[in-house]
Amino acid sequence: MSISFLLELKNISKNFGGVRALHNVHLNLGYNEILAIVGDNGAGKSTLMKIISGAILPDSGNIFFEGKKVSIKSPQDSLGLGIQMCYQDLALINCLDIQSNLFMGREISRKFLGHIHFLDKKRMRHHSNEHLKSLGISIPYLREKVGNLSGGQRQVIAISRAVYWGKKLIILDEPTAALGVQESGKVLDLIRTLTDKELSVIIISHNLQHVFSVADRVMVLRRGENAGDRTIKETDGEEVVKMITGAEFSDQEIRG
Amino acid sequence: MKKGPADSQMTEISRSILRESIVLPPLIGLILLVVLASVLSPYFMTFKNIINVLRQVSIVAIISVGMTYVIITGGIDLSVGSVAALSGMITGLFLKNVGAGLFVSSSMGIISGMLCGLFSGFLITSKIRMPPFIATLAMMSIARGIALMMTSGRPIFNLPESFSFLGGGFFWDIPIPIIIMLIIYLLAHISLTYTKSGLYFYAIGGDEEAARVTGIKNNVVKMRAYLISGFCASIAGIVLTSRVMVSEPIAGFLYELEAIAAVIIGGANLFGGEGIVLGTLIGAVIMGVLRNSLNLLNVSTYLQQVVIGFVIVTMVSISILRRG
Repeated sequence: MSISFLLELKNISKNFGGVRALHNVHLNLGYNEILAIVGDNGAGKSTLMKIISGAILPDSGNIFFEGKKVSIKSPQDSLGLGIQMCYQDLALINCLDIQSNLFMGREISRKFLGHIHFLDKKRMRHHSNEHLKSLGISIPYLREKVGNLSGGQRQVIAISRAVYWGKKLIILDEPTAALGVQESGKVLDLIRTLTDKELSVIIISHNLQHVFSVADRVMVLRRGENAGDRTIKETDGEEVVKMITGAEFSDQEIRG
Repeated sequence: MKKGPADSQMTEISRSILRESIVLPPLIGLILLVVLASVLSPYFMTFKNIINVLRQVSIVAIISVGMTYVIITGGIDLSVGSVAALSGMITGLFLKNVGAGLFVSSSMGIISGMLCGLFSGFLITSKIRMPPFIATLAMMSIARGIALMMTSGRPIFNLPESFSFLGGGFFWDIPIPIIIMLIIYLLAHISLTYTKSGLYFYAIGGDEEAARVTGIKNNVVKMRAYLISGFCASIAGIVLTSRVMVSEPIAGFLYELEAIAAVIIGGANLFGGEGIVLGTLIGAVIMGVLRNSLNLLNVSTYLQQVVIGFVIVTMVSISILRRG
């Protein structure tokens, strides 16, 4: 195929002991595209995302990023490519404040005597403020501990961190799972704005309503295998549910 | 809801007090204790006595700095008392039997302490992932055993007179151990509050997995904590040796428990992620003041143990209740 993709996975397989988590899975993602990955529990969605983010290694298969074959062996590797994962369990550190969490692992610092990195809290506060403002997020107090925030606020902080650091691709694992209706709406609004920032997004979700409201395309996994791939315009909820549950086998197709 | 600048400034201040509130309970406790002690004994509030208390406290307080780092990462270091003894023995051995200079002997003591920390850190971060409690328990036994083996359990007497400065010297009217203690606390405070690597101790103590996925090298950070703990223990061991002018292989017995008590009384969370050295210093001083005032009141040392136990119970209960 001559279409250029931001990310392409080919023949990805992964076993955990005797359990087959993924089998010859393919995935492609265009530039500025929001791709939803859906599937039942244990379909392999999270495993696939962890492979992209470098949290686990695939047993076999190839990963291409911007047309080049890459090997992602650690979270640092994927960060280096411009991929930022936003985990379902949020990966926020509750005992630290919002600002520290936004910059966790990539603090702005000034070097002293070559090796001592002094935190530049002022500049981090400034950048945090600017960034949250640009996403339309209002957080009254940046030095609040993340543990004291509501679920929605925590999710928003987690996503905005991913957006701040993800140069090319943001992966969101169940971003609305723990949220109420109003909070989900805000998070979905936030996700829609991401493609304006020249970002591609992969979103894992159980909630088809949310998938249809933000995604450009939906890919279905079933028992660790590809079970369908549709643009949102050419499909509907009923068909996606069938692909998830495997009710209509005639409809199976695998794209490479 | 919009808030005026004055309003937000107010909340900023009140929140910042709340945030630092882990030192409030121990600080209030210390103030009450000092007031009570000065009322009960006129001798307590004299310059001489206060300096005396601080000097007595300084050894355990220095060890407690390293313990604070380790506890912030969610670990524990039981080896510090033995490591202090080992460092004192190594330093004494180099001074007396090798005839090395002060600097070289002390450096060897410090290096031995840091090697112990490195070994604990290695056990904890290697593939085996040994729990810190077990790894440092083993290190405690190993360090004590080596310290005893070096002279078949005999102390090293008659250290060179020039060595007494570290433990017995004065700077103006302040004993050198207190100055060393304050310098270490200042450096630790700066490192934990203002530096990147300081922040990472809190990060991995708060949520190890979350820290890992943001790209923090957890093993390096943990290694650093145990290295710092070994370093502090060795400094304490050398100062102690210089203070009594004897390298004693059974020195520092149960100091690890005093250090843990100081850190916990100081408001740190034993499960990691929370704690500041200022609190630890207050915790160490509380125990020193308590001992001193009970001594002044002629309370038996046996009863003192009981009292200190209850103080730990009280302070830790307060900090748990505060955390909710």
